Amino acid sequence: MTTTPGAGAPKLRVEDLEVTFDVGRGKKLHAVDGVSFHVDEGETLGLVGESGSGKSTTGMAVLRLTEPTAGRVHLGDTEVTGLRSRRMRPLRKRMQIVFQDPYSSLDPSMTIGQQLDEPLKVHTSLSKDERRARVDEALDTVKLSTRYTTRYPNEFSGGQRQRIAIARAMILDPELVVLDEPVSALDVSTQSQIVNLLLGIQEQARTSFLFIAHDLAVVRLVSDRTAVMYLGQLVETGPSARVYDAPAHPYTAALNSAIPIPDPDRQRTRDRIVLGGDQPSPLNPPSGCRFRTRCPFAMPVCAEEVPPQHPLEGGGYAACHLHTHGPELRGGSVLQLVEGGHLTTPLVSR
Amino acid sequence: MTTPAVTAPLLQVEDLTVQFPTPDGLITVVDHVSFTLDANRVLCIVGESGSGKSVTALSLVGLVQSRGGRVSAGSVKFRGTELVGQPEKALNRIRGRDIGFIFQEPMSSLNPAFTVGDQIAEVVRRHRRAGRKEAWARAVEMLDRVGIASAAQRAKDYPHRFSGGMRQRVMIALALACDPKLLIADEPTTALDVTIQARTLELLKTLQREQDMAVLFITHDLGVVADIADDVVVMYASQVVEHAPVRDLFRRPQHPYTAGLLAAMPQSALENGSPLVGIPGVVPQPHRLPSGCRFHPRCTHAQAGRCTSEPVELRRLDGGLVRCVRSEELRDPAPVPGAPAPIEGVAVQ
Repeated sequence: MTTTPGAGAPKLRVEDLEVTFDVGRGKKLHAVDGVSFHVDEGETLGLVGESGSGKSTTGMAVLRLTEPTAGRVHLGDTEVTGLRSRRMRPLRKRMQIVFQDPYSSLDPSMTIGQQLDEPLKVHTSLSKDERRARVDEALDTVKLSTRYTTRYPNEFSGGQRQRIAIARAMILDPELVVLDEPVSALDVSTQSQIVNLLLGIQEQARTSFLFIAHDLAVVRLVSDRTAVMYLGQLVETGPSARVYDAPAHPYTAALNSAIPIPDPDRQRTRDRIVLGGDQPSPLNPPSGCRFRTRCPFAMPVCAEEVPPQHPLEGGGYAACHLHTHGPELRGGSVLQLVEGGHLTTPLVSR
Repeated sequence: MTTPAVTAPLLQVEDLTVQFPTPDGLITVVDHVSFTLDANRVLCIVGESGSGKSVTALSLVGLVQSRGGRVSAGSVKFRGTELVGQPEKALNRIRGRDIGFIFQEPMSSLNPAFTVGDQIAEVVRRHRRAGRKEAWARAVEMLDRVGIASAAQRAKDYPHRFSGGMRQRVMIALALACDPKLLIADEPTTALDVTIQARTLELLKTLQREQDMAVLFITHDLGVVADIADDVVVMYASQVVEHAPVRDLFRRPQHPYTAGLLAAMPQSALENGSPLVGIPGVVPQPHRLPSGCRFHPRCTHAQAGRCTSEPVELRRLDGGLVRCVRSEELRDPAPVPGAPAPIEGVAVQ
């Protein structure tokens, strides 16, 4: 169990992760319910879902910023879950996080230089000069001027702040960085700058990224593999290109449909899945398949049996009965049900 | 009240200028913005944060004064009637009856202390002089029309009983209860989840057709524009930089900023199989605007002198308007998304 991770050994391994919140009156909310995945060295796994899916809680639980209720998390050969807080400390250096809101994640009373120096002071024995060199280097990595070290966060735009947050996360050369909606709060022109920056950094540093987002298109661009989450569970995983182009779960197909094509003619004539209803409360999830109450293809079996993880060509799975029942997709894309002339535009489920 | 001219467009905005006092002096947040919107059309104003797009929308019906702003020049004619300078009382009559509103945050626009049915009925009673019963019936009808199941029952619920997507539907029902001829929607789907956004847009499109209304839709998302707009106004640093029919804008953006916004969309990169192209630099602050073309410090096509000294006028080009001196020469080759190297460009940043 203590072998050094060689080629093929995942950098992050998450098994049957559960996070349950006590919401009073004996009720429990299963925010994350039996989630398993891995991230290889230098790889980006995109974790996609909407609000309430449990994607951010998953990211927090991986870092133990939220305490998992059950399951195991391994970083390299170290089991993260179950470590005492004293033993967590050296691990903090190896795992970092970047949050969505660059306005609240930086300390307004500290200069940029101080904020970047802080982790070095805590986690390394570098001299003052060495630390200063590292701070300059980190700013350079995120393409900010080293003159900025004496300035305060309020002097920066959202995009610049997010660069600073990334510099702070990368300064200890971590093995894993959880990026929780890192570009969602940014304007589109800035968003693309940050996405490209992250891709560049990763290529250099070989860091493993867990990239959490609600936007399937952004995830497709930055992630090698994608995992789609709905109501606390993974519904589909696989190589990002396949997940995006040939979604095997109706929810993934609906997320795909929800991304407008930047071409007015095609956008207005394409077949789409438009979901009806609201996401059910995680306090009282539907029986069988949790997506069935909003699924346009729901069948009787979906209420009765929890769908198994149907393996897909090229890796990954879809937890959906459509592959073995009804149209028997056998691992094929759900989009063929929409585009095959079975349905009119737009397909609205109810 | 003046009688509306028969031929007048539904909404005609001319040289609208809005200023706000700040510690750095008076700043111009909306700078000589002009456009017209005809009945039954959907006009999108697209821009990034700080472009002035939301303030433009608010100032049309006198909603910037309470925020400290002032319409310092220009004219806003709604069905031929000048709105700028109208007393609050007159504007109040128009707001909610002839012009409906939807904002980004449905929760902050609904009163938590009243049921949604009461809130809609109240608007109907005020603007249509309807009786209680009639107004309540209209509220239920509207809730039903926006797709709220068991509307008669749900009308008796308070706003907190609705999810984010459902609240936005309630807002839409409220905005459309008096059959407005114009709906102003300021980022109405931005705070919603993507699948809920898609459904809300479908609903708005359907209602726009059914109710014969024009929509002024403010958004930062060109994807949304591709979905619903007939015409598009692109704003940058308080000015209109391009104005075109939606198909022209996407097929052949005439302003490098528009082309840049298109190229920066993840969908564009995926469609073209190209890497994502960002726009370098940041949006300038209103009190520190660059000389010449306001976009020139971020433009890969900017030329020293031509683009940097004189302010650039909005001018007619093909079927639209553009604020760029180089549009024709950049067209061949077209200023495609992700266009290559600067042409003897000035130093960027």
